Amino acid sequence: MGNEEQGLKAGIEIHQQLNTREKLFCHCPPVLRPFEERNGEFFRYLRATESELGEIDRAAEEEMKNLRRFCYYTYDTTCLVENDEEPPAPLNREALFICLQIAKMCGMTPVPQVHTMRKLVIDGSNTSGFQRTALVAVNGTLPGGVPIETICLEEEAAQRVEGDTFSLDRLGIPLVEITTAPTMRTPEEVAEVARYIGMVLRSTGMVRRGLGTIRQDINISIPGGARVEIKGVQELDLIAEVVRREVQRQRNLLSLRDRLLARGARVDPTIRDVSSLFSKTKSSILKKAPCILAVLLPGFGGLAGEEIQPGRRLGSEFSDYAKKCGVGGIFHTDELPAYGITAEEVEALRNATGAGEGDCVVIVAADARRAECACRQVIRRAGLALAGVPEETRRMEEGGNTSYMRPLPGAARMYPETDVLPVRITGDYWDSIPVPELLEKRAARFAGELGLDPALAWQVVYSEYLPLFEEAVRRGVAPPLAARTILATVKEIARDGLDTGVLLEPQKTPGDPAVLTVLLAVAQGRLAKEAVPQVLRSVCQGTDVTLAIAALETRIDDAQLRAIADRLVQERIAFVREKGQSALGPLMGPMMKEVGGTVDGKKVSQVLRDAIRDALGG
Amino acid sequence: MNVFVPGDRVSFSLGGQPGTGTYITERDGMAVLKLDSGYNIGIPPEGCTLLERVEAPRPVTKEVSQDPSLPQLSIISTGGTIASRIDYRTGAVTSQFDAADILRAIPGLRDIARYTTRKISTILSENMTPALWRELARAVFAEIRDGARGVIVTHGTDTMGYSAAALSFMLDTPVPVVFVGSQRSADRPSSDNQMNALCSARVGVSDLSGVFVVMHDTTSDDRCAIHRGTRVRKMHTSRRDAFRTLGAPPLGYVSYPDLEVTLSPGATRRGEEEPALHDRLEERCALVQFYPGMPPESLRSFDSYRGLVISGTGLGHVSSGMVPVIGDLIEGGTMVVMTSQCLHGRVCDRVYDTGRDLLKAGVIEGEDMLPETALVKLMWVLGNAKDGEEARALMQRNLKGEYLPRSLAWETKSRA
Repeated sequence: MGNEEQGLKAGIEIHQQLNTREKLFCHCPPVLRPFEERNGEFFRYLRATESELGEIDRAAEEEMKNLRRFCYYTYDTTCLVENDEEPPAPLNREALFICLQIAKMCGMTPVPQVHTMRKLVIDGSNTSGFQRTALVAVNGTLPGGVPIETICLEEEAAQRVEGDTFSLDRLGIPLVEITTAPTMRTPEEVAEVARYIGMVLRSTGMVRRGLGTIRQDINISIPGGARVEIKGVQELDLIAEVVRREVQRQRNLLSLRDRLLARGARVDPTIRDVSSLFSKTKSSILKKAPCILAVLLPGFGGLAGEEIQPGRRLGSEFSDYAKKCGVGGIFHTDELPAYGITAEEVEALRNATGAGEGDCVVIVAADARRAECACRQVIRRAGLALAGVPEETRRMEEGGNTSYMRPLPGAARMYPETDVLPVRITGDYWDSIPVPELLEKRAARFAGELGLDPALAWQVVYSEYLPLFEEAVRRGVAPPLAARTILATVKEIARDGLDTGVLLEPQKTPGDPAVLTVLLAVAQGRLAKEAVPQVLRSVCQGTDVTLAIAALETRIDDAQLRAIADRLVQERIAFVREKGQSALGPLMGPMMKEVGGTVDGKKVSQVLRDAIRDALGG
Repeated sequence: MNVFVPGDRVSFSLGGQPGTGTYITERDGMAVLKLDSGYNIGIPPEGCTLLERVEAPRPVTKEVSQDPSLPQLSIISTGGTIASRIDYRTGAVTSQFDAADILRAIPGLRDIARYTTRKISTILSENMTPALWRELARAVFAEIRDGARGVIVTHGTDTMGYSAAALSFMLDTPVPVVFVGSQRSADRPSSDNQMNALCSARVGVSDLSGVFVVMHDTTSDDRCAIHRGTRVRKMHTSRRDAFRTLGAPPLGYVSYPDLEVTLSPGATRRGEEEPALHDRLEERCALVQFYPGMPPESLRSFDSYRGLVISGTGLGHVSSGMVPVIGDLIEGGTMVVMTSQCLHGRVCDRVYDTGRDLLKAGVIEGEDMLPETALVKLMWVLGNAKDGEEARALMQRNLKGEYLPRSLAWETKSRA
């Protein structure tokens, strides 16, 4: 453990989309669509509501600082449920089944009666203003030993197109949320646990694949710091870096706090109108702003501009808070003069606000209402800097930095989804749920029983074509050939620009995918395995698979094969005499050329070996 | 077995691990607990132990400040989802708020007017009755007489059209009487209650008189439509824009969020009528929908009724076998009015034989009246006319915009 991460406590939440036939609360197919295929748009405003306890969630309240207009795209694969124009359908039982399977794999206890809740989310990503979520099971342990606290079944949010525009195709896709206990101590351990849970999830064979289908949220705290939740880490490789940078940020914030307190820094709650100071400014941003307001931060001078993460300063945190009011950002005197603001203007600003040497002045340019809201946010955040690290939900930025999203949500954001009836999980039902074999066990089994190279075995079990591979092996195809063909050969053909989609999906129902038909022809001895790439290429170019196989089918019988071998040996008899059995290798080329790849290479080599032996012996 | 009350702190064990939560309610034999994470779960009550009985927190009632310089509106609440809250007894959304709560829930209302509030019921609108229409009409009339600049009636959406029609006939009003509700419950951030309520308040202080329904015009939060109380119908079970004026464009619109009112030239202006209340209704009236194969004898069960509206097929038809039974009903003193289940278009019983036979039997053509409006009107006419002849004449006269004098080539197809 590095000194840097001493005392780190981290936990993760993994969100994984499930590959069900329908969405979680409606009968729409869970398919993502290109935005240009939308068939309509509408818009709405959202607002915070009271929970049954009569409180408004602080995170929800924050999003409400601005009346925001959200626009939504609809498709022929979305319905009135996504539009928030129809009550939800009952909880999708297929999704519940998969969720329970995962729970069982983690040794969890199911909740006897599952209640669907509404989790307030009013950033526009849900038309209803809440995300439906249900706690399904609790208290488990990963086979690797990490405690799992809960598993929830949730509906996926709408996808952001840009700004306040969302696409409804993704809304309602079922996902499981797995939450670990905060027991991880190093950035590397966090990454490893995330990887392991990913493997467990894939073992069900029922999870969606591809970019964005799995996301990690990370909870981090260090001694003296605060719990921070980082949302939406999509790449596993970045997890450790995100953790390292958050630890760095919290340490730097704590150090800043100590220095601020030592200096006697404080926050002046007065908001000053300084518009007149900039009446002749050259700064394009200030010039067009109807109102410029300033906040004085005594004792913050030099520290607001200090880096807390690569490229991010305390001022960036002020700016994140201010942006919640709909302003573009802030300026602070630690970074000025710059952006077209002159040294004279900065001097005038300092004079007008009474800022001394060690003080910092923050300015916000916007309409009066937003500017004032932003100043209040800066005052709030600066105050928090004096206390250390605020509890926050943060968003991952490129490279592993994070920026502020909203305060950590509280329990007040949950209230019952009254339109969905609770679901009873009986003991009998729980007992009937089968536990799938873990992929790591399956990979070991493939390496052992099927004689696959261990690396290839991993590749096979992680491949989306695992079921195809298993089917091929079950029907007699040699495992290495099946694995190589499905994983490597098809990819090589695709690299040449051919459309390999026809190879892996059945072309008629019921029916085998072309690649399986070809592999079976090899298994039955009708086709040489050397001919497989050529047959597959030909299928990709439009030839029917039966015709493609027939074209290259083995037509040379054993006697003909021996005759060809004898002739080749006699033609090169001097060479054969000189090299003995070592002549076999050089002779294979001409031999395979003669038989045209329609005979199995092993067989050709055997026949050729016999011919050489007989020629030498005779 | 333990008996818990909502709010109790309890401990439980799940999968061998202890936990704590707040008891919410009983559901299908399970104790529903709210965990500290906010999630609810149901577990067997015998596995729960009482830790602490927590006194229910007193509801915080914030003072609602009002601007005395603004016009006065009266809000009369009847229930419905514009004012609803989660009920832990059933786990369902029920009507519970009174009108004062609406002001707290929709602060923007305070910029439009000052309000007096009055509650006549807290029912789901499917439980509405003619007796309650009467009570409502009297309450509205009293508010108008007391100087309200306008009256807003919050109402469940299911039968809002009936109530709006009933008040249209029962009241002569120089000010706007506006029915409003919401299609998505008020407890959700996306509820249409805010926008509908703000738009209805704007209509309440506008230059209109009459009885209206003001609800979302489209699925977007862009504008509300102002519908005439006698021409409006709920045309969708769940969409925000369920309410439509049939056969004509709405009387006007209110844009959102700027709340600009635009009125059609045909809308009646404020102050054109003296307030009056005619609150008698003949409740022995019915509405039946004819269907192929309907046994003619089934109509005889209405022979003690004073009025019957038939929602017939097409231009206003029933099977020829029903004509003699209808004749008997009319003979026996039941007034029979024909409307069409097409909802769009005018009844005309002079085109086909069955129609002509119905007219001969004494059936009154309901023109292009909505079947539900025709029922309410028939109740009102039979309650107020001094004899059958006057009743018949009133049924055939356009009293409150329930007839359109001309069938306009207005787009009648339902929108996408």
